[in-house]
Amino acid sequence: MNARLLPYMLILPVTLFLCLFFLYPFVLVAKQAFTTGAGFTLDNFREVVSYWKFPISLKNTLLLAAAVVPIQLALSLLMATMVTRMEKGRDLVLYVWTIPLGISDLAAGLIWLAIFEQSGFLNSMMHGMGIVDKPANLLTFQNPGLVFVAIALAEIWRATAIMLVILVAGIGLIPKEYYEAAEVFGASPWKRFVRITLPMLRPSLQTALVLRVIMAFEVFAVVAALGGTLFPVLMGETYAYQFDLLNSGAAAAMALVILAISIAATLVILRALRVPKGATI
Amino acid sequence: MAEIQIKNVAKKFGAYQALHDINLTIADQEFMVLLGASGCGKTTLLRIICGLETATEGEVWIGGRRVDHLAPKDRGIAMVFQNYAVFPHLTVFENIGFGLRMQKLPDDEVRRRVERVASLMHIEMLLKRYSGELSGGQRQRVAVARALAMEPDVILMDEPLSNLDALLRMEMRAELKGVLAESKTTAVYVTHDQVEAMSMADRISVMHQGEIVQAASPIEVYRNPAAEFVASFIGNPPMNFLRAEAAGDGKWSVAGNVIDGPRYGKSPLQFAIRPEDMQPAGDGLEAKVKIVEPLGAHLLVTCEVNGTLFRAVLDSDMEVKRGDMLTLAPQTDRVRWFDPETTLAVA
Repeated sequence: MNARLLPYMLILPVTLFLCLFFLYPFVLVAKQAFTTGAGFTLDNFREVVSYWKFPISLKNTLLLAAAVVPIQLALSLLMATMVTRMEKGRDLVLYVWTIPLGISDLAAGLIWLAIFEQSGFLNSMMHGMGIVDKPANLLTFQNPGLVFVAIALAEIWRATAIMLVILVAGIGLIPKEYYEAAEVFGASPWKRFVRITLPMLRPSLQTALVLRVIMAFEVFAVVAALGGTLFPVLMGETYAYQFDLLNSGAAAAMALVILAISIAATLVILRALRVPKGATI
Repeated sequence: MAEIQIKNVAKKFGAYQALHDINLTIADQEFMVLLGASGCGKTTLLRIICGLETATEGEVWIGGRRVDHLAPKDRGIAMVFQNYAVFPHLTVFENIGFGLRMQKLPDDEVRRRVERVASLMHIEMLLKRYSGELSGGQRQRVAVARALAMEPDVILMDEPLSNLDALLRMEMRAELKGVLAESKTTAVYVTHDQVEAMSMADRISVMHQGEIVQAASPIEVYRNPAAEFVASFIGNPPMNFLRAEAAGDGKWSVAGNVIDGPRYGKSPLQFAIRPEDMQPAGDGLEAKVKIVEPLGAHLLVTCEVNGTLFRAVLDSDMEVKRGDMLTLAPQTDRVRWFDPETTLAVA
């Protein structure tokens, strides 16, 4: 076997797999989005963007991402720093913290629904403690703020661990000597975090943020379980086009809009957290 | 003025006793080398002086101030790390200025000090680079410059040259010694390399199994080792040892020769002599040559005396070959004696 060809031969199976099950469907979706019966057109895009629910679902999706991701970033950094400092029981704590990762997003939504619904844990508890006279239905159109908070909480609970895992691995790669040098040269623990941990964690932060932000734009099942139609989001609208309105051209166009937003966000994150030219981390 | 006093310092890691009751005074502006094999506790002692490690017992004083409860930054020290620890995400300038920035010095003061030490270490043209763009030797210079920029009372160095290749190490050794003498700081330097220790130190503390066996000038450590360990650790090749039986009245029988020695009881002693302190003569130790290594400047001959391996450094003109019998006369004023019970030197 020619040694120069061997690497390409080895990645051939996975390349074929990706082309068949990823690239090909993607091309189909793109084709669907840009065509009606009569050749190339932007009609599908015009239709979805001019629909009255589009601005609301776009706003909701972005707002949710803007509220959830920074909190998750701060939380996962804090948790990762704490776990890294642990000498014993570190793996156990990590396992417990990552349990939500193993639960599907619909199940996660249902768990939080069980807390917030009229006969749920929160109402029972408040009623039992005499804070409220009778259980109230919290997740209604009269409480849009509460619906948002419930969805945000469920998202934070469900998806912080994915960032945590990446950041724990990243922090583990930073040599201890850098912290010792920083300490000897007068950096307080906070300064060490800001001047050593954060900059040297940039590659991991990029990965964690890109993954998490893309996930945030694709939010669907948690919202469906907790908000139903009260809180329209882009992915929910895509679903409605495909399965309720049976308009697959519009659904494909929505999917591409979400993809465009994801790509834009990814580029912004990569740019914001880039490592200066020449610096090696 | 920064004299370092280490008083009764001991360190335990769990059940393992890394340091036993260390007492050491390092004078102001002295260059003290802590020398020993790996695991002897030299780095632990340095880290205790630095404050990265806390002593289990004892006190550390720097410049007349007790510092063992202070954070490293409040001890008036700076450190050069073995792997340099030059921050890869900062430029050379920001690396050297890191400690000054932490002290919140004004920008122009930072610039002035960084430029001064950079030119001292001959790296002024590298200030805009990142550590990934530097060679090992240049990174080493940055690490030293960063320590010097602090203008510390004490500079601590943990095997700073061990990652450099041999030629560069020799060059840096001389340069570092000059720069440190110029800066008038007290220096504590950890190494396992005895050549480095001998050539740089004002005083060497030889450490073994968590204790300081001898703290003295390089020549004193070499000529008058306080214990068998020092004699066998310092010098390449190390000192030769032969068993000496008491022959009464300050005379000792060594491999069939009767030699003048100390008046010291009747139990056997160790006779010790450096390989270069012997001459072929008509009368002396009978040595059977096993290996001959011509080293250019001299001839290193490994022989057997009375069943014990024994090395001699001879003139390179000598014609010696494997299997020859040599008679080696020890230079009497260079002979040392050790008590095998205590392993300590006998006067």
